[in-house]
Amino acid sequence: MSKFKDTILNPIFKGNPITVLILGICSSLAVTVELKGACVMALSVTIVTAVSSFICSLLRKTIPNRVRIIIQLVVVAMMVILVDQVLKAFAYAIDKQLSVYIGLIITNCIVMGRIEAFALGNKPIPSLLDGLANGLGYGLILIIVAFFRELFGSGTLFGIPVLSAIGYTNNGLMILPPMALILLGCVVWAQRSIDKSLQE
Amino acid sequence: MDLLSLFVKSIFVDNMIFAYFLGMCSYLAVSKNVKTANGLGIAVIFVLLITLPVNYLLNKFVLQPGALSWLGPKFAEVDLSFLSFILFIAVIAAIVQVVEMVVEKFLPSLYSSLGIFLPLIAVNCAILGGALFMQQREFANVGESAVYALGSGIGWYLAIVALAAIREKMAYSNVPKGLKGTGITFITVGLMGIGFMAFMGISL
Repeated sequence: MSKFKDTILNPIFKGNPITVLILGICSSLAVTVELKGACVMALSVTIVTAVSSFICSLLRKTIPNRVRIIIQLVVVAMMVILVDQVLKAFAYAIDKQLSVYIGLIITNCIVMGRIEAFALGNKPIPSLLDGLANGLGYGLILIIVAFFRELFGSGTLFGIPVLSAIGYTNNGLMILPPMALILLGCVVWAQRSIDKSLQE
Repeated sequence: MDLLSLFVKSIFVDNMIFAYFLGMCSYLAVSKNVKTANGLGIAVIFVLLITLPVNYLLNKFVLQPGALSWLGPKFAEVDLSFLSFILFIAVIAAIVQVVEMVVEKFLPSLYSSLGIFLPLIAVNCAILGGALFMQQREFANVGESAVYALGSGIGWYLAIVALAAIREKMAYSNVPKGLKGTGITFITVGLMGIGFMAFMGISL
């Protein structure tokens, strides 16, 4: 039972894909201007990672080692197309806002990284859980960064005015791309100050 | 849009790293010293320049709504654009493989300097991102897509060499313990991005 717990809890804090393993940075920075977009992106990545880990784990004994990358890419691309089509059908505005970054989940290193490192050597159910947990770890960081960027950048949370109601002047810098990197740097700093064993 | 302004714009204003965060993973992982950063940067320019025009033609003659009309009037209604992700990534993976073999055969010195980076580029988001942006921006012809590829490749190259040079110097400075390594690199890239934002106001 504790192994299951480890599989789930480890990627969320100690082995967090973004802050510790430095995987999947591209999308995590670009979609964090607003909480809504960040949540949708986190959900999409979680689903894609979990399901493609599950499928690749089912196929792990039949995939020849030499062509595994391309097979993994096909499985992941198929999942991403599904997610993209669903978003286009039910949340078109958000799909437009996330633009190419939904497509870029295919090359998101978290997905490929988890398949390579975990799914190919484990049974389907633990792989599914591992994918879910990594997606959640990714989503957690996304939501933290998006929270600060939206709160101080536009004075709102999920589009509802919070700070602007008390006369706060929006800090336009928070909306711009470089601020996402600096905030992420601060998140890494905070995490490493709490857990000294992660320091380099 | 004329080609020169597209070229300058894709290097500085729409810089892959600082404006869109594409190819960030390898950007952070391979920027520890200037020499390897140089190799990866050149490989990215090279692969972008080859894959983007190919993907452009693929998009124009196979994927776009109505793109298949050259096969006959029956196909004029077909819209395959939902297949673009899977076809783009397949083309990129295949071309990277072919390029690797060709370079190994005919330009062994380039091959040994690019080394491991060439195959890794298949999963670099800058390449797929370039293809998706190209699709979104609806360039008028192959020439424009090639110029866009060259420009964004050079922009990526400049960014990674600059970061590698800064990180080499930074190895000697006294950074707070928790920030060392990853943290300070993020913040450095952020500050570089603020510098690059000076180009954003330029309209060409």
